[in-house]
Amino acid sequence: MSESKAGEAAGNRAAYEKTVEKFLQKAPERKAAFRTGGGLPLKRLYTPEDLEGMDYERDLGYPGMYPYTRGVQPTMYRGRFWTMRQYAGFATAEESNARYRYLLSQGTTGLSVAFDLPTQIGYDSDHPMAQGEVGKVGVAIDSLADMETLFDGIPLDKVSTSMTINAPASVLLALYIAVGEKQGVPMEKLSGTIQNDILKEYIARGTYIFPPKPSMRLITDIFEFCSAHVPQWNTISISGYHIREAGSTAVQEVAFTLADGIAYVEAAVRKGQDPNVFGKRLSFFFNAHNDFLEEVAKFRAARRLWAKIMKERFGVTDKGAQMLRFHTQTAGSTLTAQQPENNIVRVAVQTLAAVLGGTQSLHTNSYDEALALPTEKSVGIALKTQQIVAYESGVTETVDPLAGSYVVESLTNEIERQAAEYIAKIDGMGGMLSAIEKGYVQQQIQDAAYATQKAIESGEQIVVGVNKFQVEEDASERALLKVDESVGAAQVKKLQAMKASRDNLKVQECLSEIRSAAKDEGTNLMPKILEAVKAYVTEGEICGVLREEFGEYRENIVL
Amino acid sequence: MSERKVRVIVAKPGLDGHDRGAKVVARALRDAGMEVIYTGLRQTPEQIVQTAIQEDADAIGISILSGAHEYYFGRIIELLKERKASDILVFGGGVIPEDDVPKLKAMGAGAIFGPGTPTSVCIDWLNSAVREKWARETA
Amino acid sequence: MEKLIARALEGDHRSIARLISLVESESPQAEIIMRKIYPHSGKAHIIGLTGSPGAGKSTLADKIIAHFKSLGKTVGVIAVDPSSPFTGGAILGDRLRMQQHAVDPDVFIRSMGTRGSLGGLSRSTQEAALILDACGKDVVLIETVGVGQSEVDIVKIADTVGLILVPGMGDDIQIMKAGIMEIADIFIVNKADRDGADRVATEVNMMLDLLGMRPWRPPVLKTIAERNEGVEEVVSEMTRHADFLRRSEEGRRRRWQRLGMEVEEILRREIAAMVEVAWEKEKSPELFELLAARKTTPYEVAERILGTILTETCD
Repeated sequence: MSESKAGEAAGNRAAYEKTVEKFLQKAPERKAAFRTGGGLPLKRLYTPEDLEGMDYERDLGYPGMYPYTRGVQPTMYRGRFWTMRQYAGFATAEESNARYRYLLSQGTTGLSVAFDLPTQIGYDSDHPMAQGEVGKVGVAIDSLADMETLFDGIPLDKVSTSMTINAPASVLLALYIAVGEKQGVPMEKLSGTIQNDILKEYIARGTYIFPPKPSMRLITDIFEFCSAHVPQWNTISISGYHIREAGSTAVQEVAFTLADGIAYVEAAVRKGQDPNVFGKRLSFFFNAHNDFLEEVAKFRAARRLWAKIMKERFGVTDKGAQMLRFHTQTAGSTLTAQQPENNIVRVAVQTLAAVLGGTQSLHTNSYDEALALPTEKSVGIALKTQQIVAYESGVTETVDPLAGSYVVESLTNEIERQAAEYIAKIDGMGGMLSAIEKGYVQQQIQDAAYATQKAIESGEQIVVGVNKFQVEEDASERALLKVDESVGAAQVKKLQAMKASRDNLKVQECLSEIRSAAKDEGTNLMPKILEAVKAYVTEGEICGVLREEFGEYRENIVL
Repeated sequence: MSERKVRVIVAKPGLDGHDRGAKVVARALRDAGMEVIYTGLRQTPEQIVQTAIQEDADAIGISILSGAHEYYFGRIIELLKERKASDILVFGGGVIPEDDVPKLKAMGAGAIFGPGTPTSVCIDWLNSAVREKWARETA
Repeated sequence: MEKLIARALEGDHRSIARLISLVESESPQAEIIMRKIYPHSGKAHIIGLTGSPGAGKSTLADKIIAHFKSLGKTVGVIAVDPSSPFTGGAILGDRLRMQQHAVDPDVFIRSMGTRGSLGGLSRSTQEAALILDACGKDVVLIETVGVGQSEVDIVKIADTVGLILVPGMGDDIQIMKAGIMEIADIFIVNKADRDGADRVATEVNMMLDLLGMRPWRPPVLKTIAERNEGVEEVVSEMTRHADFLRRSEEGRRRRWQRLGMEVEEILRREIAAMVEVAWEKEKSPELFELLAARKTTPYEVAERILGTILTETCD
């Protein structure tokens, strides 16, 4: 810029500020201070000044190239849209199978399995702790028999399947491999994801079983097994989604998720695994919340920060292992029970944020989920929302369209900076495991959650239909999905019949194999578990043995 | 003299791990001057009821998002009856369809707070319901 | 009230719980309750567990309960958490780690807020312990807040004080500062799988050496409470300490000292109540005017009030 031009610019800026000052006297702004949904301060106006010091090549670069700020593929959605993957599953394997077939017929391109709580916590349907919970929030899977039904008529070489399973992830992955084998699909050809992210269970989601040490071992066993035998499988989905749902800010979501990621990489490296290899199969899972600009910036910041961590901290040179690939789900916690149809609009805004943030796959919530499990109709609308953004909105036709926006780049920088600060703090505590043990992470999230609640109750934060623009509603007109209370009993009966018909001698053999493998950290548990599930050993039996060997985690409550 | 304090159990029955709501409510009740006994996750109805008895609680608040509310409310209220402790109030929240609320109230639940309820509503209800309970005790 | 006390003495948990509440809220019946309860107490082994927040007190308590249970003992637990000084509310979360015992009829767990008592251990903590003792619990375990005065105050209530230390938490310095070396009967180095556990144990032993010969040399034990390692030994040392107190001169000295404190405490409370009543009666604007104008002194006023109290009580 020539000096005269710079002088002119400074003059214009001063003139603008003066105008604003005058203008404010007549028309004050709505609030004294403006903030993002995650609490970052927002200025009235962003200009090139805010991006001073930014180096395009270094900080943004090109899509598909380090540091991947602009996306992980060179052409992004001009090549292929993100995977539209709807999380579903309820009641029995038969009913869930029918829902999957419906979703596939409607153009969904990947399955996402929701398991019921007993399955997620390693109890069979006939365990006393499972009472009242069988088939409620997902499908009940006890053994290979249920898994065969779940994927009946769905060719596993044609779909990719994501499974939200954590503590017993090895068992469910083994079951999937076993079903594939029965269909004649070798495990090399299977593609999909297991969530397998135990740290965020301790932090935010609560479906843990074992203490941290053996849990980390199960995870690194999976990394190792899949690197050798299931190369297309995403071995982990490091999840910020639930951290955000538990009430964190956007910055915390990025920070704690990547800090979890660091802990997993460190654990595998300690076991002698190569981050250039297993690093390619790490995937992430984020939340798409309401604050549109902040969310877009969040995804971009996470991508850049992870690339730097892999490259600089772990010396990773493989490009695939530097990339942060992620799944997104729209924010369940933003759904309101009041005027539920409004949620359709919220989900649309969140969808747009995820897409402009460069997501690899997306689940959109159904509008009735604050009330109950979604109906087929509401799931349909959620999926159509993605299709409308993909096919009609036009935002997919060029790569990373919001790049260069002064505010988006400023927020991207700010989120990255603050997240890196958190990570440094966690490093200082001795890493994520000890930060969790100290309750630091949980405390941070709960403080943020409580602050949000207070802001809503004071009216500082508006939720349409909840604390402003309320209307009288007639709830009786709503059609909600209810899981039949008889599901539990039916599932138990099926389980008992299966147990009576299998080779129980073989079952005992498999279980004692698992027990001795559990005692020896040098043995990979995966092959033993695979052997067991093929012999129709149940999930509860396998986890039961592991519970005896590993002990159980008890939460570290901080309030 | 230290006055009598409202004592409330906040519990997560069953396997559901979503504890944001329970924790936010626990904090809000504390900030309203109550003593909150927080039991954490994965509590059986038996544990919750015994806890309420040992703690001489005025009320039990349960949070369920897993759809298993009918079972847990029913069982907890039944156990309170068995232990002759039906004077302990039971309330709750979570993902509970409005259609189910009358059924839960018929079982004996004092109040159900759906998503989006301000914590102040819950606090007000507790304060007045517990004071009525105390009045019954001295009567 | 009679019925309630009788049922509690039979071990009914609901009645015990109610008695504790009445005492805790300093209800008018509190004194009646304590008078009735007291003769039945004095049988339990009262154990205090103290240590910094995060030392693993609740987890250790959970395992200690289980070990006493396996010896056929009944156990009462009082877990104290801080109350908010601003709202008086509290979140009492210690029992979370002991919930496996919640349904055991031989275990009674009670959470208490400090309710403004500076020491973190209120008078009602002691009264609750006496109630649990009288109502048939063989062992009463008191878990303190673990900060400030409570670490020292626990000695006034408990027969046996266990102090929990954790390597790497700077506890060693803490101990010397607070001067609580003298009050601990058992030192427990928890989370002993961490680096520095041996160093902490050695340092404690060296400090104990400096204190010189005492009739009871506190053992220094290492535990990993989470994995139930070393807890059995803690329990057996606690029992050994109880035996020591029963048989030794030191034990008799401590028992008498505590009984003395109990009497003093009641005396102080009673007198304070009388003083309050008398002062309320005496207070008047005229009196304050006289005081302000230095026509009389606080000493004279106090003397007069004391005189009234004495004549009234003698009548």
